[in-house]
Amino acid sequence: MSLLLELQSVSASYGTNVVLHDISLRVNENDFIGVIGPNGGGKTTLLKVILGLIKPEKGKIIFNNNLLNSNSIGYLPQLSTGDTNYPVTVTDVVLSGMMISKKIISRMSGSDRKRALTVIGELGLSDLANASLNELSGGQLQRVFLGRAIIGNPRLLLLDEPGNFVDSTFENDFYEKLRVLNSRMAILMVSHDLGMISSHVKSYACVNQSLHYHPSSEITNEQLLEYGCPIQIITHGDVPHTVLKSHN
Amino acid sequence: MEGSIFQYDFIIKSLLGALFASITAGLAGTYIVSKRMVFLSGGITHASFGGIGIGYFIGINPVVGAAIFGILSALGVEYLSVKQKIREDSAIGILWAFGMAIGIIFIYLTPGYTPNLMSYLFGSILTVTNADIIALGIMSIFLILYFGLFYRTILYISFDEIFARTYSSYVDIFKYFTTALIALTIVLNIRMAGVVLVISLLTIPPNIAMLFTKVYLKIVIWSVVAGFIGTSGGYAISYFAGIPVGATIIFTLVIIWVVAKGVIQLIKKIQAIRK
Repeated sequence: MSLLLELQSVSASYGTNVVLHDISLRVNENDFIGVIGPNGGGKTTLLKVILGLIKPEKGKIIFNNNLLNSNSIGYLPQLSTGDTNYPVTVTDVVLSGMMISKKIISRMSGSDRKRALTVIGELGLSDLANASLNELSGGQLQRVFLGRAIIGNPRLLLLDEPGNFVDSTFENDFYEKLRVLNSRMAILMVSHDLGMISSHVKSYACVNQSLHYHPSSEITNEQLLEYGCPIQIITHGDVPHTVLKSHN
Repeated sequence: MEGSIFQYDFIIKSLLGALFASITAGLAGTYIVSKRMVFLSGGITHASFGGIGIGYFIGINPVVGAAIFGILSALGVEYLSVKQKIREDSAIGILWAFGMAIGIIFIYLTPGYTPNLMSYLFGSILTVTNADIIALGIMSIFLILYFGLFYRTILYISFDEIFARTYSSYVDIFKYFTTALIALTIVLNIRMAGVVLVISLLTIPPNIAMLFTKVYLKIVIWSVVAGFIGTSGGYAISYFAGIPVGATIIFTLVIIWVVAKGVIQLIKKIQAIRK
């Protein structure tokens, strides 16, 4: 499995407020990393540092340039950053995700459009392909931005709390879609919703100024039974759950 | 005979002026209306009056002075609002009045009579020179090429600048360059509609177009059409009624907007009753 990017001792801050302190992380092809931690802990900042939207104060980010650079990453922001009253259609917005593989003179070909319509269809938005953004619900809008993030087939997909607006009818489809996407792209998914993170996540990064990485297989239920455990998990039936090692 | 030739020339000049004003204002106007930069553009317009005053004072073409002032103030406000050390709307408000103040001071200090001052404030087709028309023509061609070649790039940066930064390193270059072009467009149209009124030439046509479509490219096209009807109609009325052209154009455009809006409301009501 080849390395896509590596963060080496990266620190970032807003003014005097240190948000990330000396964090290191390796992201490999086919990784599906759940980024968890408290609000204000620096999860979104971590994504922005990787995207190049925020310059790290210290440390460096090394891209495996054969596979990835800071301009070819798929990104689903936490809140819609665009103005929903702007005169663009759903198709236009999804097409903008193709820009990660375009030069600045950007023509959209017929096959680009076809591809956009396919993605829109997969996300269950076919009826809204020509709608403007202010006609959509929050969940639909989120799906449009997911379409924008994946249409360019990036090697790395960054998702910032995608569960926030996903309507419940689409939730299962959504996580299933992520599982399929993960076979061809690495995913870094921010979530503060510890209880409901997708079971497709393979490993975890806990971010709260510092970063602790947990490979997925570190503690299984079997190990819990074998070695004993200071905490108790009470569940009914067979809800899957993951317990992470204490940071100390 | 001579009179009719003069009249023919005048009509051609007016129509070309109306056409180029509509093209440049349609392209620049759709951009500023979509991006909610109308207030900024109003500030640029009035700030450029400072350049007109200085132009008179030092004896260069006032349009050149206005262009320099307009572009510098546009880039200045964009830069300051990015740095976020100042409230953008306050900065624009200050710039707006400061530009006018500089203009008034320097025109006052200029010895002798400043004949075309009123035409800069309120616009006048009579004082528009062939050079003005040619400059607007060149600007029209340049804007069509620029927006044509970089349509998607400009559209996506203007829709979602933060997302654009994730895939492009050229966001700032495009943003500042487009803003500079907007400032230049405004200044070149000042001769048509005047400092006080030119901003409406950019904002009313896209708003008419947006009543009918929400697709950016179609808004541009319909803005140009609406702008051309408004400006050429305004010229005709202004010529025959002998009233200032800038005011007549704006009046005509607003009437078109009100009528279009009214018709659409009426159609909606009829459709609702039928259901």
